Amino acid sequence: MSSITQPIGGHGDAAGGHEHHPSGIMRWITTTNHKDIGTMYLWFSFTMFLVGGVFALTIRSELFEPGMQILRPERFNQLITLHGLIMIFGALMPGAVGFANWMIPMQIGAPDMAFARMNNLSFWLLPPAAIMLLLGLFVPGGAPETGWTLYPPLSIQQGMGMDLTIFAIHIMGASSIMGSINIITTILNLRAPGMTMMKMPLFCWSWLITAYLLIAVMPVLAGAVTMLLTDRHFGTSFFDAAGGGDPVLFQHVFWFFGHPEVYIIILPAFGLISEVIPTFSRKPLFGYASMVYALCAIAILSFLVWAHHMFTVGLPAAGILFYMYATMLIAIPTGVKVFNWLATMWKGSITLEAPMLFALGFLFLFTTGGFTGLILAIQPVDVQFQDTYYVVAHFHYVMVAGTLFAFFAATYYWLPKWTGHMYNETLAKWHFWGSFIFFNVAFFPMHFLGLAGMPRRIPDYAQQFTNWNQVSTVGAFGFGLSQLILLYVVVMCIRGGKPAPAKPWEGATSLEWTLPSPAPYHSFPTPPVVQ
Amino acid sequence: MSAATQGAKPYYFVPQPSPWPIFGACALLLMGTGAAFWFNGYEAGPWMCLAGFCVLVYMMFHWFGRVIDESEGRLYNKKVDISFRWSMSWFIFSEVMFFGAFFGALFYVRNISVPDLGGGTLTSHFLWPGYAAQWPTVGPFLKDVFTPMKAIGIPLLNTIILVTSGGTLTIAHHALKSGHRGSLKFWLFVTIVLGFSFVCLQAYEYHHAYTEFNLKLSSGVYGSTFFMLTGFHGFHVTIGATMLTVMLVRAFRGHFDAEHHFAFEAAAWYWHFVDVVWLLLFVLVYWLV
Repeated sequence: MSSITQPIGGHGDAAGGHEHHPSGIMRWITTTNHKDIGTMYLWFSFTMFLVGGVFALTIRSELFEPGMQILRPERFNQLITLHGLIMIFGALMPGAVGFANWMIPMQIGAPDMAFARMNNLSFWLLPPAAIMLLLGLFVPGGAPETGWTLYPPLSIQQGMGMDLTIFAIHIMGASSIMGSINIITTILNLRAPGMTMMKMPLFCWSWLITAYLLIAVMPVLAGAVTMLLTDRHFGTSFFDAAGGGDPVLFQHVFWFFGHPEVYIIILPAFGLISEVIPTFSRKPLFGYASMVYALCAIAILSFLVWAHHMFTVGLPAAGILFYMYATMLIAIPTGVKVFNWLATMWKGSITLEAPMLFALGFLFLFTTGGFTGLILAIQPVDVQFQDTYYVVAHFHYVMVAGTLFAFFAATYYWLPKWTGHMYNETLAKWHFWGSFIFFNVAFFPMHFLGLAGMPRRIPDYAQQFTNWNQVSTVGAFGFGLSQLILLYVVVMCIRGGKPAPAKPWEGATSLEWTLPSPAPYHSFPTPPVVQ
Repeated sequence: MSAATQGAKPYYFVPQPSPWPIFGACALLLMGTGAAFWFNGYEAGPWMCLAGFCVLVYMMFHWFGRVIDESEGRLYNKKVDISFRWSMSWFIFSEVMFFGAFFGALFYVRNISVPDLGGGTLTSHFLWPGYAAQWPTVGPFLKDVFTPMKAIGIPLLNTIILVTSGGTLTIAHHALKSGHRGSLKFWLFVTIVLGFSFVCLQAYEYHHAYTEFNLKLSSGVYGSTFFMLTGFHGFHVTIGATMLTVMLVRAFRGHFDAEHHFAFEAAAWYWHFVDVVWLLLFVLVYWLV
């Protein structure tokens, strides 16, 4: 992309000169270092991924056979809710922020994030929010049984677990807004001289757009759950027809947040994939500018399509047509991205290390999820598939095989830079094949179940659905166990292994590879000059 | 842009490790769980909330005090100043979106849900016969009778107060830029008095609404949207006036100079933001009834 000269001046103490930091637990509690905070975000994300994963496996165990085996229906629904909230707000979003914290300062040639103290608060708000979400399981009435969308009137009727969830969402929202302001400011203001916007690595671009989306929609979610809270306790009638309100109003406000939210989850993954594929194809990214424009187009369209989540609530026909066509339009910029990734690989010298394997897995499976999304965008079809397992299959293809696979790719890609050691390539490949195969075993049958009419969020089902449910449960356990390989590989890589050179991947070009491995505590105390 | 042009200041400012963020996280944990306990009738709830709030205020004093010390110690260079400007702009944008959710709810109930509940629609015919869709409304089921708020009177007076306070704040800013410290303090003080007067008048209006007009938070969607929109606005005016008070204290301590006073500007931006929100409220909530 661009060649890099030596930094101006030496690696002195220009950034404040405090390589010294408290040791032990206080290092992590008080840290203002983007790498420490990024590490905490990633471990938090992985922990929540395991917690949400245990909930998922409990759900899949219950669904192994028709009838009720191990859970009461209320508890089943509570686990459905918590699985969704924890995976979205606990695993995927913090994971993406973890990569942003680690990589953005290094990729744009900065010493740290623009607001290092606020960065610490953004992270440390997450454990309280997670505690409050999980506390719901232990209070009278349990956690919300509404699913992560928290629709009234059911959410109005829930016990205090709902209130804990509402406040947890407020806190996570505050964390996201602060994190996003930090990321935007860092990208706009701390780029090294010569690092123009259109020279930035695509990962930084994807996060710039994502952060903008977050700042725009997290306050709207805060407003939505605040209205829920006052409807529950203070007698307001926002979502109650008796007082002139409407439960559908909540769906509008929620999905005005919720649809951009799905791009908040996938755009950083697009950015990560755009780093990995050029490196292992040993070619520059094809169509850099069009990738940037596609990101912007997706971000703008994401605000205009929210009601496609509400095709069965009785919208006017004109509204349905608008939201249907606007939704289909998103396939165009997304298609641009997929074709650019393919064109990047075209005639490249491709090698299949673990990051590239996950990137290819992403490409296949995310595109599958994109196609099923296009099918669901057609309103007459959606009327049939609404609230069936087809929808569950669709969004797991984009969020697990999409975002999560991109996280795996990025983890293996940057582990040598983070730890200074090479990871175990053989085991990493096992992790990929385990994940890839078992993911499809778990989720592909859900398409069949949904097409056959099996409803989601119901703990029991008709007997004819048994076979595919059993296949799916086997796949889910295989997928869950495969993730233990990742844990083992990462821990072993931190503890030791072959020393990693500054640039372990010969095709890599961005700025972080000019730093030694492991990267110094403060990335660029003085800015490098990018030509 | 090179390190050399920055003189003695480091090219970047990266703060030391800080104990304060974790206080904030604990404070919000206490306040969030405390509020959940409180609203569900547990006695410990309000105390947990109060404890959390105290921790939060304690944290803010120390954290913001630290920032003020760094700023007055001239540790912040031009780059930090630009970062502050970006971040305050984006923060205000997030606040705009927060109010947008409630204005959106107002739009929805006035133009979609209330008309749909009455007046010749199928919903009205089968579910709520006899309900005339009109605004203001308590909805088809609730039976309370209330008097809606009128634009003339306290709301108009409050509009004049807030718009005037925007003007006095601008005079204070010009005084600061031209080095007239006395004028700065005077006009800033006037702005703060106007701001808190607004809040007091708003509180009086609420009292009036509850006792005389029978208009409550529970008075259907009119009461819901009226109190939530004006309530959150009043809360933001309180925050803004508190920020300006801090600026006044700092002005008395000799902080700020003609070039170096972003904290003042940020508070002023915030003040103008709550001003604009009020104008929207005045038109959409009070006037167009």
